[in-house]
Amino acid sequence: MALCGRSIVCLTAPRGNVARLPLAFAVACARAVGTLSRRLGKGGGTSAPGRVLLGVRPGAVGELAARLPDGTVMVSATNGKTTTSRLLGSCITAKGWSTVANSAGANLFFGVATALLDPGIISGTTTFGVFEVDEFALPSVVDQVAPRVLLLMNVFRDQLDRYGELESILDSWAQMISRLPTTTTLVLNADDPAIAALDDGRHPVVWFGLDDPSVASAQMAHAADSTRCRRCAHDLGYAWSTVGHMGEWACPQCGAHRPSRDVSATRVELLGVGAVRLEMRTPQGSISTQVALPGLHNAYNVVAATAAALALGVEPEIIGAALAQADAAFGRAERVEIDGKSLVLLLAKNPAGANVTIQTVQLDPAPLHLLVSLNDRTADGRDVSWIWDVDYEMLLPRIAHLTVTGDRAYELALRFVYAGFPRERIQIELGAEAALDSALDALEGDGVLYVLPTYTAMLELRSILVNRGALRAYWEHV
Amino acid sequence: MSRVRVCHLYPKELNIYADRGNIAVLKRRLEWRGHHIEVHECGLGESLPLDADFYYLGGGQDRDQLLVAADLATVKGDHLRSVVADGAVMLAVCGGYQLAGHGYTGVNGVRMPGIGILDADTVAGSTRLIGDVAIDIDIEGRQLTVVGFENHAGRTHVGSGSVPLGTVRYGHGNNDSDHTEGARTGRAIGTYLHGPLLPKNPDFADLLLEWALAHATGITCELAPLDDEIETSAHDAALARRGSRPS
Repeated sequence: MALCGRSIVCLTAPRGNVARLPLAFAVACARAVGTLSRRLGKGGGTSAPGRVLLGVRPGAVGELAARLPDGTVMVSATNGKTTTSRLLGSCITAKGWSTVANSAGANLFFGVATALLDPGIISGTTTFGVFEVDEFALPSVVDQVAPRVLLLMNVFRDQLDRYGELESILDSWAQMISRLPTTTTLVLNADDPAIAALDDGRHPVVWFGLDDPSVASAQMAHAADSTRCRRCAHDLGYAWSTVGHMGEWACPQCGAHRPSRDVSATRVELLGVGAVRLEMRTPQGSISTQVALPGLHNAYNVVAATAAALALGVEPEIIGAALAQADAAFGRAERVEIDGKSLVLLLAKNPAGANVTIQTVQLDPAPLHLLVSLNDRTADGRDVSWIWDVDYEMLLPRIAHLTVTGDRAYELALRFVYAGFPRERIQIELGAEAALDSALDALEGDGVLYVLPTYTAMLELRSILVNRGALRAYWEHV
Repeated sequence: MSRVRVCHLYPKELNIYADRGNIAVLKRRLEWRGHHIEVHECGLGESLPLDADFYYLGGGQDRDQLLVAADLATVKGDHLRSVVADGAVMLAVCGGYQLAGHGYTGVNGVRMPGIGILDADTVAGSTRLIGDVAIDIDIEGRQLTVVGFENHAGRTHVGSGSVPLGTVRYGHGNNDSDHTEGARTGRAIGTYLHGPLLPKNPDFADLLLEWALAHATGITCELAPLDDEIETSAHDAALARRGSRPS
């Protein structure tokens, strides 16, 4: 077990004379904390019970995961963790495995520990675990639980004030993989040069990617992060790019290039702000499916989930059918009906994610009604610089009505002002409730309000919608 | 109506803290007043245009900052020193600030040489200095409070050949100990403040633009006021969140 895994546990787990409780009893204690948390209205209890569990039984995560006879899959990325885990979970459930998952998005060490409190693990009815894991927490989790399949999807700049630099995540992932037993299969995104560089030649790898240049662009988005060769530092060349720095890449100097894809979307159709249709080529045969999630980023999520499901032995027919039934994770392209009006929550928490969201809403031909919310709390990242790397400029000619809100509403307004949007047309509402009402009031006919919030802003808006009876709480959203 | 030339240095390598926001502010605030602006991007290996009025150097990741340090040392450094000595404006933010000084000794002990336009030297500390920051500036008789965000491992000390840009109201500043932030020699400024710096500090942006116009035309003038209600609200809200009053 590696040091960094231990440090996260030890730093926060209570010390002292706590006896090592028997596993089943430790689980029962920790579960009681979750029940209490929800009853006291303190939220979903998606992390605190795990904290208690590790306090009374420090090795519990490894011990509980070892009781899953079909093993675990872990999913990490800057963008797409929650949605992809959800898609993957649907495929695995359709195969008939009884799964446990941290589907409420609590993806730090304690969130994974909390999910492992599932009573079916102790009783032996739950056989498999699907976990999305935060990029930074991933090595500490993987060091305790070597997954059967590890799916790594992309790395973009996100929350720099918390993580220091992108390079440090990539370095920690490379070290983590070097410690990982060779029984773990890596499922890697061939289109992301930083992810492709993680192949250490020791592990079986399933490569996935998009191979439909008709949905790609010849130009790189401003937020592109990783355009230098990981091997020789020369500028990479791109035949085309899809999302940020992902695409058909090659290094003109050392010859490094995009690995050939085992699972590839050979045809991608973006069906408005409602769905994508994909034709995928896989070693086990082709899969055609339509998924009720919009945009190119979701095409990646679908291909990634498919590749991981195949690596776990799920049959292609089961995957295609399960994906066609899947719906959005909370706050991710989630459609809500309220007072006879429609809104879509599109979480946008970093430049790459926000840029694909912007491309996605442009698939709606109607004039756009937007509510954009910028918070700067810990889970959002305290540094809001990133909004200047988002290509809001592309949206300006399409905007019918713009409301901005959040802790940093004025700075968000300035982003649009300096993009060239007339300042008198920006509705600034400091409170989330007032912003939502004002944006809905401005909506005409059967138009749709597109809501682009950061993470805590999304939870805040969602809880308003829950209070108004339009939605269920996120920890009940399964 | 005048023409101002801005040289945006290494936009591909040094862009991590929304440096393009600063460039957008320079552009719009000149255009709103009827002036022309040309922004020229100058990357690795390219020779420095000598006719710009404003040179901008942003912040980058360690890996990219190393490439830039090498390029400054071999390709652009001498020319940049000479245009700045002749009165062109330079704004260097974060990593760019470190390279505008004598150099930066990183966490791993590796020394990146700087170009010495600012008399400041930087050595990495064991922790990163991260968070909201505000500084009080007194330049040419103007008192301004400038707000932003900082995120740097480097501890910078300013020598006698430059003056600190400002004193820290809250946040860490140059080195978390002497309450100074940034450095200035003439019209060359280095600072750790990003977020980006200029959108919510319109008075500071205008000061730099007046210098750039003076360099372009040879005439010193004051810029006409703009509707800065949102800019001022963003500035004052940043201070208010820290319980600090606008000055």
